[in-house]
Amino acid sequence: MDKVKKFFSSNIREISLIIVMIAIALFVQVRSGGNFFTGENISDMLAETAVLAICAVGMMTVMVTGGIDLSIGAIMALSAMVGGTVLKNNQSLPTIVIVLIAIGIGIVCGLINGTLVSKLKILPIIATLGMMNIFRGITYLVSNGSWVMQQDMGARFLSLATGKVLGVNNLIVIALVVYIIAAFFMTQTRTGRKIYAVGNSEESARVSGIKTDRTLTMVYTILGAIAGLGGILYVCKYGVAQGETCTGYEMNVIAACVLGGVSVNGGTGRVPGVLLGAILLGILNNAMPLIHVSSFWQEAIRGLIILLSIIANSLIQRNVEMKALRRRNI
Amino acid sequence: MSDYILELKGITKIFPGVKALDNVHFSLKEGEIHALMGENGAGKSTFIKVITGVHQPEEGEIFIRGQKVSIKNPKDAQKLSIAAIYQHGTTYQHLSVTENIFIGHEKMTKLKTIDWKQMHKDAAALLKRLGSSIDPHSTMGNLTVAEQQIVEIAKAISTNAKIIIMDEPTAALSKRECEELYRITEQLRDEGCSIIFISHRFEDMYRLASRVTVFRDAQYIGTWDVDGISNEVLISKMVGREISQIYPKQEVEMGEEIFKVDKLSKTGYYKDVSFSLHKGEILAMTGLVGAGRTEVCQGIMGIEKPDSGKVYLEGKELKISHPSDAMDYGVGYLPEDRQKQGLILDWGLGQNVTLSTLEQFTHGSIINQKEERQKSKELLERVKTKALSVFDKASSLSGGNQQKVIVAKVLNSDLKVIILDEPTKGVDVGAKAQIYEIMSSLAAQGYGVIMISSEMPEVLGMADTILVMREGRVSKIFDEVKGVTQEQILEAAMNT
Repeated sequence: MDKVKKFFSSNIREISLIIVMIAIALFVQVRSGGNFFTGENISDMLAETAVLAICAVGMMTVMVTGGIDLSIGAIMALSAMVGGTVLKNNQSLPTIVIVLIAIGIGIVCGLINGTLVSKLKILPIIATLGMMNIFRGITYLVSNGSWVMQQDMGARFLSLATGKVLGVNNLIVIALVVYIIAAFFMTQTRTGRKIYAVGNSEESARVSGIKTDRTLTMVYTILGAIAGLGGILYVCKYGVAQGETCTGYEMNVIAACVLGGVSVNGGTGRVPGVLLGAILLGILNNAMPLIHVSSFWQEAIRGLIILLSIIANSLIQRNVEMKALRRRNI
Repeated sequence: MSDYILELKGITKIFPGVKALDNVHFSLKEGEIHALMGENGAGKSTFIKVITGVHQPEEGEIFIRGQKVSIKNPKDAQKLSIAAIYQHGTTYQHLSVTENIFIGHEKMTKLKTIDWKQMHKDAAALLKRLGSSIDPHSTMGNLTVAEQQIVEIAKAISTNAKIIIMDEPTAALSKRECEELYRITEQLRDEGCSIIFISHRFEDMYRLASRVTVFRDAQYIGTWDVDGISNEVLISKMVGREISQIYPKQEVEMGEEIFKVDKLSKTGYYKDVSFSLHKGEILAMTGLVGAGRTEVCQGIMGIEKPDSGKVYLEGKELKISHPSDAMDYGVGYLPEDRQKQGLILDWGLGQNVTLSTLEQFTHGSIINQKEERQKSKELLERVKTKALSVFDKASSLSGGNQQKVIVAKVLNSDLKVIILDEPTKGVDVGAKAQIYEIMSSLAAQGYGVIMISSEMPEVLGMADTILVMREGRVSKIFDEVKGVTQEQILEAAMNT
């Protein structure tokens, strides 16, 4: 019995997210006349959510250190645009090369962000706000104002987003792989431990002999790499790369993290929670058209649900903490 | 009508676990400058905070001009014409001088907007009255410490304060700036203010005060006329306690020199600090708060890098630019601020203990968590925290246990020299004894131990060598502890 209790109290965030998710899903299932829980719809929804989920894991590593990266959408656009342009000029290149190019661009962008934050001690929100504009500007320069269209990419590349492995969409498979690696990385490796240490107390971490500068640079670089991957998958799925690609996407990514229990103050956040946060956003995006919510209302409702679930969650959290304090019996 | 403008009788203030003030008396005559002296932790700061309404005493009475008053908050104190000027200003660094002077009692126009013109004019007049030429428009943060103090004094007189408390105002001032401050203080007295002047410098006291009161260990020791008292007598009043506790110090044969610091300097913090340490030696660094002891050790560790100077371990010069370098060489540090620098409060003890030494349990960058738990359990047992689980959060521990956890953490590294910064501060008596035992056994095992401490009995009881710092410099090194008295140490620590 105690074990069950302990499981609930230490996973309260994830469990409450699942409950919210089920509640919304059931509501939509009834209202839409059974159109939600169909294999096709679920698969579509997850494929739509995959890119967001991948990016959220990158954002999580940064947020755990107490930082934030507003340039993630711009990094996605830039790396996708560079990858797309290379592809346009040379359709015979293998898909993997294009993906690696995009990831490489992302890594360079992330390194710049990381250096600004760790070496030049610029506040993350400021540094990445500036770089967001710069990356976006470079994207326009690279594209020269033109788009990379479906026909420029070629069927072989596009099949990356439509193909399946054992009946599961490639994007979902890629997202799963990213999540498994991330979960292992954050909880089982030395570097993962150091990331949490820096986020909890940069000062303690430094005095304990952790090279906090290096850790900070690294998380922004990881985010860059993941954003590069996310960006190229995004244009692959939607079949177009342009200057405006992923504008404002950073907010969705941050929302997924916050929903998933990543604290903006750093130090806390777990990979499974972030996955659930991303899927919850995915369900909202998928469900509202299903039950014919006016598109004018969709944004506002999404915002409301994000706020409500975060409020509910923090109330539950506080309750748990109060109980723990009461147990101390002082 | 009483002779005294301010009188405090039988003040007792208790914080969880400590008596910060124990039945303290104090009286201030109208128009006098009254010096208040005592060691670190004697209760001076708490005492001021009682007068200014920041703390409420559990017992005791306060009288102003013979009238009993209660001071529940700083606003009450202001209404009673009491103002305090703190050592580390409570100023608003980004606001202008005028705003700092009038904050909380701004001048308004008829339209209920702030009357900037009038305020700047008044600020200029106040500063001029103090003989200062500070521009009221300038930003507070751009002024020197001395100038900021003058602004604070201006703020005090702008509220018509009659009782002014100055908390170590001369600590950060140059000689010339001190003269300026003396002049202003005397001017305030001549204008009818009564002043409590806290200082560690005898020079300040002789120059300004007519009477002096001494606190020791939260207690009132006495008040004397400055004219009839000498340094020696005052120092003996400040330290005159019996050393009753027996320290568990083992007799250790001191080995060869293991660690040497040569002319370590950092602008504005410390200068030309040199000392050497032998195997099995406990070296106590003592001095008043702000003398630069912690800064020196953090400099050695590469936490705040020194500007110049050299550090040697076993004759080899060390290149330390980061705490991890120091640890790799074998120099470990237990920070004074355990919560901020020593622990990750939200984490379990196990993970805290292994944070500096994760490599030991890592195979190809993957942590072997079972091995880690096992080792942290062992380490925690070594420092006698058996009752604690590796999963207990660090934040749930008492100060003493937190300290032991940090000791465990440092013990796991392969060290030769261990620096302990105020290891028993905020630690209960039982845990203190255990920490002394651990320290003593470390020395017996051949470690070189540096202990920063403000507690005189512990310095005398544990150290083989005592290094006293004063205002960023080594003031005196006692190579032989036998026969050294508390008076001698305090004399070296204070500016006499």
